[in-house]
Amino acid sequence: MSSNTILEVTNLTQEFRSGDKNLTVLDHVDFSIEEGTVNAVVGPSGSGKTTLLGLCAGLDRPSAGQVILKGINIGVLNEDERAEVRNKHVGFVFQTFQLIPTLTALENVMVPLELRGKATGEVKEYALSLLNDVGLGDRTHHYPTQLSGGEQQRVAIARAFINKPDILFADEPTGNLDTETGGTIEDLIFDLNKASGTTLVLVTHDLELAKKCQRVIQLKNGKIFQDNWNDNTEKLEQVS
Amino acid sequence: MSSFFSSWSWKMAWRDARSNKKRLIIYISAIIVGVAAQVAITSFRDSLNNTINNQSKELLGADLEVEKDDSTFSDVTIAYFDSLGGKQADMIQLPSMAYFPKNGATRLSNIRAVKGNFPFYGKIETEPASAAKLYQEEGKALVDNTLMTQFGINPGDSIRIGNTTIEIAGALLKVPGEAAAASLIGPRIFIPKAKLDTASLIQQGSRVEYKRYFQFEPERDMQQLEESFDPFAERHDLGYDTVEERQEEIGEAIGNLGKFLNLVGFIALLLGGIGVASSIHVYIKQKIDTAAVLRCFGASSNQTMSIFLIQAVVLGFAGALVGTLLGIGTQYLLPSLVSEFLPVQVELTVSWLAIGLGLFTGTGVALVFALMPLLALRKASPLYTLRTMEGSLMRLLNNKTKWFIYGLIAATVAGYASLLTEDLFAGTMFTIGMAVAFGLLLLVAKALIILIQKFFPSHWSYVWRQGLANLYRPNNQTATLMLSLGLGMLLVSTLYFSQDMLMKELNFATRDDAPNLIFFDIQSDQNEGTTELIKERGAPILQNVPMVTMRIDSLNGRSAEALDEDSTLDIRGWALRREYRATYRDSLMESETLLKGDFIGQAESGSEIFPVSPAQEIAEDLNLALGDTLIFDVQGVPIKTYVSSIREVDFQRVQPNFFMVFPTGVLEQAPQIFVTVTRAADRESSADIQQAVVQRYPNISAIDVSLILQTINQLIDKISFVIQFMALFSIITGLIVLASSVATSRFQRIKESVLLRTLGASKKQIIKIISIEYLFLGILSALTGLLLSVGATWLLGYFYFDLVFVPNLWVIGGGTLIITALTILIGMFNSRSIYKKTPLEVLRLETT
Repeated sequence: MSSNTILEVTNLTQEFRSGDKNLTVLDHVDFSIEEGTVNAVVGPSGSGKTTLLGLCAGLDRPSAGQVILKGINIGVLNEDERAEVRNKHVGFVFQTFQLIPTLTALENVMVPLELRGKATGEVKEYALSLLNDVGLGDRTHHYPTQLSGGEQQRVAIARAFINKPDILFADEPTGNLDTETGGTIEDLIFDLNKASGTTLVLVTHDLELAKKCQRVIQLKNGKIFQDNWNDNTEKLEQVS
Repeated sequence: MSSFFSSWSWKMAWRDARSNKKRLIIYISAIIVGVAAQVAITSFRDSLNNTINNQSKELLGADLEVEKDDSTFSDVTIAYFDSLGGKQADMIQLPSMAYFPKNGATRLSNIRAVKGNFPFYGKIETEPASAAKLYQEEGKALVDNTLMTQFGINPGDSIRIGNTTIEIAGALLKVPGEAAAASLIGPRIFIPKAKLDTASLIQQGSRVEYKRYFQFEPERDMQQLEESFDPFAERHDLGYDTVEERQEEIGEAIGNLGKFLNLVGFIALLLGGIGVASSIHVYIKQKIDTAAVLRCFGASSNQTMSIFLIQAVVLGFAGALVGTLLGIGTQYLLPSLVSEFLPVQVELTVSWLAIGLGLFTGTGVALVFALMPLLALRKASPLYTLRTMEGSLMRLLNNKTKWFIYGLIAATVAGYASLLTEDLFAGTMFTIGMAVAFGLLLLVAKALIILIQKFFPSHWSYVWRQGLANLYRPNNQTATLMLSLGLGMLLVSTLYFSQDMLMKELNFATRDDAPNLIFFDIQSDQNEGTTELIKERGAPILQNVPMVTMRIDSLNGRSAEALDEDSTLDIRGWALRREYRATYRDSLMESETLLKGDFIGQAESGSEIFPVSPAQEIAEDLNLALGDTLIFDVQGVPIKTYVSSIREVDFQRVQPNFFMVFPTGVLEQAPQIFVTVTRAADRESSADIQQAVVQRYPNISAIDVSLILQTINQLIDKISFVIQFMALFSIITGLIVLASSVATSRFQRIKESVLLRTLGASKKQIIKIISIEYLFLGILSALTGLLLSVGATWLLGYFYFDLVFVPNLWVIGGGTLIITALTILIGMFNSRSIYKKTPLEVLRLETT
């Protein structure tokens, strides 16, 4: 693992039991991600994209292989230890926003830092500034159901950045939004990412979005089919 | 544990609870009523115990009560009493007919002839109040208020007891240490002792209790007195009671009643627990996504669980607090329900013990029953942010954890029930009983569901099929409702059916050909005259039975005293010591069956040993076998007998039944009294016969069976009302659980209803589907509870009352109808938002 590598995936395999059969969702996947890069993981439905994201972010444990995040082998940690790693190093943006419905926009954004035990006043100030950055300075006390889809995703983005993550995982961040709103959200993610220097891993179906990333990892049947840097549009269209 | 106390957990718990108020109130509502029942009973019990402690001397009316049955105190005894010192008073107590010349009414009463200043503690309450003080010096009577009201008698009217007529000084309202309900069994009449001497009531065979009451100076060492008195009492066959003993006896009786009612109330709390478990289960299931998000952003499993654990504890406590306040209020209703059965007027106080218990148990039950979903939530994976959790919440727990929680619930229930009953065995049996009842209800619920699935009426219309199918679809509420409503029904119906069964059996005695009037204490020289009086009034003599009193002198050559003292023998002491009222006749009665040996109806003349036929029950208590010899002391004359046969006797028949039957030719010359059984055509005829007999022979007493039945009915009514009042808590909890179950399941039903509406279902169709579902739920729950209660009553009848229970189908039908109607009503009321609003509105409102 080079000094710039933030995530190293080695021989990663994930199997599920389905009835009396073993389903291999990820099959000996290897790759590494450098700090500060913008990466996309693409592939058809069932190719293992979301499973890969879950394992890389420490949401699950692999059947085999290892995931080293910020030098920590997260596969050997227990659930609570992995939670601590996520809190310190990882940010998330989900397709379905995953805001906590009973918390206001501001409170949703504050959660990751509050979990670290930071003083509410300090957290609140930073959360408000982030909400301002995503254009929701006037909607801070609204509950998720009082916000549109795009607004909810903006709150989710603010929440993702509040703990100044080393790496941000975004699972189909524009998948539930219309094209125009999706475009705004994309811009927001890239802008905030650029400003904070966070490593970005985007899981997407959207080839236009993937094209905007520095590196595109293509999955097919649980294996890496292609792993390309920069000018990769043509090949992407072929596999998708 | 540290997560539970972290400020973040409390902050998050508050933030989350803020917008879930409705759901969380539903969650606590189920335990409120159960806690209220507990607190009301415990607080009332506490107040009652305090009252009994404060008024302990009034319970007995004296420091010491000495009693002898059927014969006056001997000179030696009286001399001993004199040596004890203190103030003394006498009371002679016996049953006798009271006759009211004003309107000719008669009634078997409990006569108490008093000499001296009894009661020494507390006071007899009368109307007018002065009557209690003056009746002795003025030679007047105090008559139970119920009797005076019943016969329209007023102070100043007269009463005839035996041969003496006495003016009534006033109505007797309360006797210290006696429950008002005592007057139902035998209306009390107080007269001065001198009046009894002129009444000539005490005759051969009369059942008389002679009592002497003592009041000692306060510094008298009662324990020492008791120690020295005890051997004397033993030698002279005296019974005695001290204040402490009476307090203990009453405390025990009240304690038993309290424990029983507490257990009935506890069932309500358990039902509440099930309600909590069911609503928190649904609530937590909806919180899985929140938990997953929190886990994603770094919350530990304990931190996540703590948020909802705090909510469970705080809300459990809030529910317990509301329940406690309600319980304290309810306590004030209880005296009016049970005052007739209590020997004291309860001074109600707020019991801190009850409050503490209510808060602790309410919070505890809420927590224990919420534990399963809370521990499941602890296992919620952050992966659920990416993939929705499939299957049941309980799937997250391994079997070991599940069994641990079941064990914890069982241990909590057994522990608390043992605490309530102060008996580990009783607590354990209660828990097993409840587990069996729960198990049976679940089993029946499951069986019904399988049957519905197997014989699903696929030809029914869509809405009916949809409504019916909701009973077994995922997230159905069938089991919860069957359990809560079914258990409530089971309790209340078993009480009702048992009462019905007993009353049917008792009323059997009032059928047209059954005896309904019994005369006893008829002296030999009055027998013929009594028979004539009855016949003259057109009533048949159904039985005219001689009765001879005797005691057992020896059994198989060993004296009764020696046998009584020999603890190695399997013989009941009371059966050796008791006075037997035996009869003689030449054949068995219709109510008797020969079990062993030969019934010999005629004694051989000149024989020295005679056959005797004991009833099965007494034969067992005396451990008698055929051929055993018994010597009876028949009022001073020893009669040697041997057991020639053993009879089975139906003691439930309204007629004189005997433990010992002699053949004819043995006891004819012994002092005896007669019992005559007749049947009066109606109430007037009965009153007429009684009046005629009592007027001519005032010492003869009569039992009007229909009056006794009426009294028993009244008593059972009163007792069952108290029990049903407590069972009502279970029903109310059942309905709250129903309401909360409907409300929580509403969140599960919404998506499906909205989808149906989106796909074109009309409001009417949605209403129909929902109401059909509740129709079936109501019918199934009520029927399950009712059917199980039929089984329980049948078992009670078979094993305990020795009766065959025939269920009343009207009651089953009516009960089912009421519960079903209530279920539909509550179900529809709670689901109204689903069909009143547009699909989008519903989704926006309900998913918050």
